[in-house]
Amino acid sequence: MSTPYLEFLRTELAPGLMEGLWTSLVVIVPSACLGAFIGVVAGVLRVYGPRPLQRLTEAYVSLFRGTPLVVQVFFWYFALPYISIGGHSIVLDAVPASILAFGLCSGAYQSEYIRGGLNSIKRGQIRAALALGMTTRQAVQSVVLPQAFRRALPGCGNEIIYLIKYSSLASIITVNELTGMATTIAKNSWRNIEVFCTLGAYYLVLVTLATWLLHLLEDALGVPGFERHKS
Amino acid sequence: MAVELETTPVLEARALGKTLGGNRVLDAVSLALPKGCVKVLIGPSGAGKSTLLQCLNFLIPPDSGTISLEGREVNAKSKRELCALRQQVGMIFQDFNLFDHLSALENVRVALMKVKGMSKLDAGELALAELARVGLADKAALYPANLSGGQKQRVAIARALAMDPKVMLLDEPTSALDPELIGEVLAVIRDLAQNGMTMIMATHQISFSASLADEFLFMEKGRVIEAGSPAELLRRDSGSRTKAFCAKISELTGEADDMGGECKV
Ligand SMILES: Nc1ncnc2c1ncn2[C@@H]1O[C@H](COP(=O)(O)OP(=O)(O)OP(=O)(O)O)[C@@H](O)[C@H]1O
Ligand SMILES: [Mg+2]
Repeated sequence: MSTPYLEFLRTELAPGLMEGLWTSLVVIVPSACLGAFIGVVAGVLRVYGPRPLQRLTEAYVSLFRGTPLVVQVFFWYFALPYISIGGHSIVLDAVPASILAFGLCSGAYQSEYIRGGLNSIKRGQIRAALALGMTTRQAVQSVVLPQAFRRALPGCGNEIIYLIKYSSLASIITVNELTGMATTIAKNSWRNIEVFCTLGAYYLVLVTLATWLLHLLEDALGVPGFERHKS
Repeated sequence: MAVELETTPVLEARALGKTLGGNRVLDAVSLALPKGCVKVLIGPSGAGKSTLLQCLNFLIPPDSGTISLEGREVNAKSKRELCALRQQVGMIFQDFNLFDHLSALENVRVALMKVKGMSKLDAGELALAELARVGLADKAALYPANLSGGQKQRVAIARALAMDPKVMLLDEPTSALDPELIGEVLAVIRDLAQNGMTMIMATHQISFSASLADEFLFMEKGRVIEAGSPAELLRRDSGSRTKAFCAKISELTGEADDMGGECKV
């Protein structure tokens, strides 16, 4: 006769998942930041960059949106060490490899939202900024980007929610984050239903928390004409 | 007038040419704006009025010709010179082009800080004074989404004036406004003209502009084909293209046929 669920949760499952949760955050937070940074840079380059850079960033986006994330994760972890340039090769640990894979993939999607946001700002406002004596760079920085960012925020937020969920893929390259820990516990305890349902609840709480934080951010940045559309 | 110095125009364009999409949009247009003068550009749609105004501050770089500010020719290749020129040449657009994420005050303040390097405090004070000048001191905290068209255009005017320009370019400043809002904007423009601002304005407000313009420039197909004082060009027997064009407009808008200078605003 096995122990009751609550007892199992308290003594085994929760401590294990807590450790996994911590590792998950170590993967999610840096890759979300990396993704947002890449997204903004790539998005701006795609709209305002010189031709060759536009091409380059478009190729990057097609490549990372067009291949399965698992393949990308495998590439950074298993294939990268075999690529040697001048006798040097790069070997990434599982956690940095996951962060790189998620950050690059997320950045490709983020740049789509940023690009859409940038394109939604009427050219007239840029002309007005230039007419006041601003440089193109100043106009983009203080007129276009703040508006594009607000327009892109809901989409970018969604992307971060996806990132939280697909961070579970790190478990297949041996990162003991939430899903990795849960799998191990399930194997040892044979209590699959309880373990995976609890795991699901953990993700649900993470996603709910992230959604709430994003709404706070949207409200903080909201000005008339840029409000969050409350459903 | 006798002294050479005084006759140097604030802004002078010589033989501006521009081809867009195979069209000769500007064909050797020259004009000079002496200090304190008000010139009005009229002409049918597609004549090249907007293109001319935007060439004057290089928002559209002309293909040929030169532009001089206070007698000094602007080097179009120098980004620094272009920014310097644009600081001294204010521009008002038909569709206002306020920065949508900034309040009225911030709209006026932002270029003072970014371009002129003023402190936030000083820029804010000046911005408030400029808003007061166009009668919007009490609307400083409102965002464009909450301003009427007339108020938006007045904020845009305050934003341009705050840079302390030597000349203003106005491209149909009232064309996007509901009729009942036109008056408040025209009143601000009249005030500016009476305070000696050098201006060139494209407009279809014939009777209003006739009352304050020193010169009408009639444009068609990329050329200025008639130029003269409003009274001269609009005289009943002048037989000018300007007169015929204005008669057509007034027929459409229901303005009185006699446009000899009175203003009905
Ligand atoms: N980017 C462009 N490519 C090709 N043709 C253009 C372009 N921009 C303007 N044109 C053409 O140039 C001509 C002049 O346009 P412009 O906007 O200067 O006229 P306008 O006198 O201001 O007219 P309106 O009274 O309608 O504002 C028009 O025939 C227009 O079709
Ligand atoms: Mg026009």
